[in-house]
Amino acid sequence: MSLHFRVQNRIFLQCSLLMLCLLFSASTSAADVQAFVGARIVPVSSEVIEEGTLLVRDGKIEQVGPVKDVIIPDGAVRIDVTGKTIIPGLICTHSHIGWGGGGDSSEPIQPECHTLDSVDVRSASFMRARAGGLTLVNQMPGSGHLISGRTTYLKLRDGGTVEDLLVHDASGWPMGGLKMANGTNSQRSAPFPGTRAKSASLVRQAYVKAQEYQAKIARAEGDPEKMPERDLRMEALVEALEGKRIVHHHTHRHDDILTVLRLKKEFGFEVVLHHVSDAWKVAKEIAAADAACSLIVVDSPGGKLEARDIKLENGAVLEDEGVNVAFHTDDWITDSRLFLRSAALGVRAGMSREGALRALTLSGAEMLGLADRTGSLAVGKDADFAVLSGDPFSVYTQILETWVEGKQVFDRTNPEHLLFAIGGRGAGDDTAYNCCGGEDH
Amino acid sequence: MKIQTTLISFLALILLFAGNPELSAQNIAIYGDTVHTMAKTAEGQWQDPIENGVVLIIDGKISAVGPASAVEVPEGTPEKRCKVVTPGLIDARSVVGLAGWLNIDHDSDHIERSSPMQPELAALDAYNPREPLIDWVRSFGVTTLHTGHAPGQLISGQTFIVKTRGNSVDDAVVQRQSMVAATLGSDALRSGKESPGTRAKQMSMLRQKFIEAKAYQEKVAKAAADEEKDAPARDLRKEAMGQILDGKMPLMINAHSSVDIQNVLRLQKEWQIPVILQGGAECYDFVEPLKKQGIPVILHPTMMRSSGAGKNASMETAAKLIAAGVPVAMGSGYESYVPKTRVVLWEAAIACAYGCEFRDALGLITHSAAALLGIGDRVGSLEVGKDGDVALFDGDPFEYTSHCLGTVIEGEVVSDIAR
Repeated sequence: MSLHFRVQNRIFLQCSLLMLCLLFSASTSAADVQAFVGARIVPVSSEVIEEGTLLVRDGKIEQVGPVKDVIIPDGAVRIDVTGKTIIPGLICTHSHIGWGGGGDSSEPIQPECHTLDSVDVRSASFMRARAGGLTLVNQMPGSGHLISGRTTYLKLRDGGTVEDLLVHDASGWPMGGLKMANGTNSQRSAPFPGTRAKSASLVRQAYVKAQEYQAKIARAEGDPEKMPERDLRMEALVEALEGKRIVHHHTHRHDDILTVLRLKKEFGFEVVLHHVSDAWKVAKEIAAADAACSLIVVDSPGGKLEARDIKLENGAVLEDEGVNVAFHTDDWITDSRLFLRSAALGVRAGMSREGALRALTLSGAEMLGLADRTGSLAVGKDADFAVLSGDPFSVYTQILETWVEGKQVFDRTNPEHLLFAIGGRGAGDDTAYNCCGGEDH
Repeated sequence: MKIQTTLISFLALILLFAGNPELSAQNIAIYGDTVHTMAKTAEGQWQDPIENGVVLIIDGKISAVGPASAVEVPEGTPEKRCKVVTPGLIDARSVVGLAGWLNIDHDSDHIERSSPMQPELAALDAYNPREPLIDWVRSFGVTTLHTGHAPGQLISGQTFIVKTRGNSVDDAVVQRQSMVAATLGSDALRSGKESPGTRAKQMSMLRQKFIEAKAYQEKVAKAAADEEKDAPARDLRKEAMGQILDGKMPLMINAHSSVDIQNVLRLQKEWQIPVILQGGAECYDFVEPLKKQGIPVILHPTMMRSSGAGKNASMETAAKLIAAGVPVAMGSGYESYVPKTRVVLWEAAIACAYGCEFRDALGLITHSAAALLGIGDRVGSLEVGKDGDVALFDGDPFEYTSHCLGTVIEGEVVSDIAR
């Protein structure tokens, strides 16, 4: 097939799709109402409903309650989920699916780089994440820099471009955080830091500079003549200083954790501590600093010096101290398809079941500043949820379906989806596959 | 004279025990609401679990297994009770003890890079019995490790079998030489001008080594038969290759991709040597030839990452191999980063969630593993006469939220942390 023909074909397909979309959007609103009836519903933000109905209109949750109390409007699509369990879509606060990178090896501080420009949303890892019940990820650059770049919050909608998956704020700004790291991963030969003190001082210098940039802008009072020259690096740091961009900070060792808390105090940025291997040693300090923790669960301690003392009990210890706890996959470190397992192992090591499920959902939404939109099954929030065959924390439970904003993005009964859930020939190919009918499929 | 003999016997007895106090007599009775013996019936079926059962261990060996009502436990025997009892678990392919938890030069003895083929390297000489990861896996019921040199060189060295205890390697060892570990495919390619740089080169280098070993063996044989002829200078490397040719040590080949698994099949056919496929991410496409050629599989951990050589790994492969009748066991494999080791209990659990019947999945890390490793006479099931190796659980061993309550090796409680 010639390239020319392909392009023409593609344009034709795109036009057809556009027409199809227009056709559907013109249809009656009743068709956009779905009632999921009969499941055990775990809303996370409210009490468990043993036999409930989840009513979705235009991708938003309209009602959630016991079957007997929820009136299903005429014309609604009724989906029988008797005997199944519905939980909010899982939120991974730290993911590398699609392999989006940030800064290169040239220097340790590169907040101007953005994973939005590097992530491949057609990677098989995105389908595996959907198969794992995930509906939202924080796509992170790596930990080999003090500041490796801007992170991207991605809804796992059915889409073939990164734009399709972005989460925008009210002003249309694509939301994301700022990835920082300390400890040994970001220490290398110059110009990278060689010690912990040097790491902290380089970060401190960068933020001091950003404060000055911020002050210059304030002093200009909108006068273009007085504005400093635009500096992408400074802009990202200012966004962090202003709380618009949450800092997602890789940190393992107890003293490194405290260094992050010190910098948070000095500069006032909002921070989520990530991995936090030694959390159990400094849980009180973390609680006192009101810092949230996003934990990784790995199957054995070690693998690197700083993770020597990591404990499965981290979730339980932090929960006891009243710290807001989430889990993350760090995919590919752990597999998104088994994200429920991370929290289940937290329960094994003493965490409450409620706390552990919250740590996969609402707490993650809070750590991304998106709790008003997702993370629990509450009226008005996005219809982001997973349908399970049973107890979320049983090894035997299967994830049957994943829905993002009222659209199904994973269906275990679809053999092509099942391939990604289980693996097998072709499952690892980063195909141009979209879950629900993209043009290249 | 008689007195002297008695005295000598007595002294010998004292010396015997004093020489190895850890291995001295251990008695314990372990009661379980459910005891999975993982023994097989005469027809080759899994024996049903025993409800309200007891495993009686005397002098480190299992002396009785059965319903508590039917087994006479000597008075004063120490006891343990729990919901579920299984045989001590076996990790059929580990690198624990050689690849240390800190992952620094000081504790990394799993791979030697000075040459691509070093079958003479003994795992026994590299095993650190005080490695913390041994304690870690033991706290999840693992009592036996088939461990040694890691994948990553064309031939990286030998493996051996230990129990997860002991202050010295001699305390721990079960089998001093088990297999020779080889790797085919991208994980064992070298860059630049170093060989092997391609898959074809890997195969030709292996063939050449076997040819040399065969020639060496012939020279040795000729010298033995003919006093006029001098034996060749001893060559440990050729001797190790010769042990494979003689069928004394299997060649355990780590291979994942379709092309590499086909090379494993070809190599076995060419040399008629005992071969074990290890890893095998894409082996689901070669079930019949594996069966036909009698190649057992030590499968990759179920949670193997879907990237690199394992990009097409399937969580249902164990179920498929079992259904086809291919001998299969599960190993934790090798991890270069975190987690530094996987826990076979958890890997078999996922296999159970993805198509394996419960006892088939448990068999991957008990009975079937022991059979594949050739140590089925000692471990792998709770049967009279076998080693008193037991794992204790507070529920379904595979459930995420269950705990391993304790681990017993030859009647000795080696772990009693609930984890």
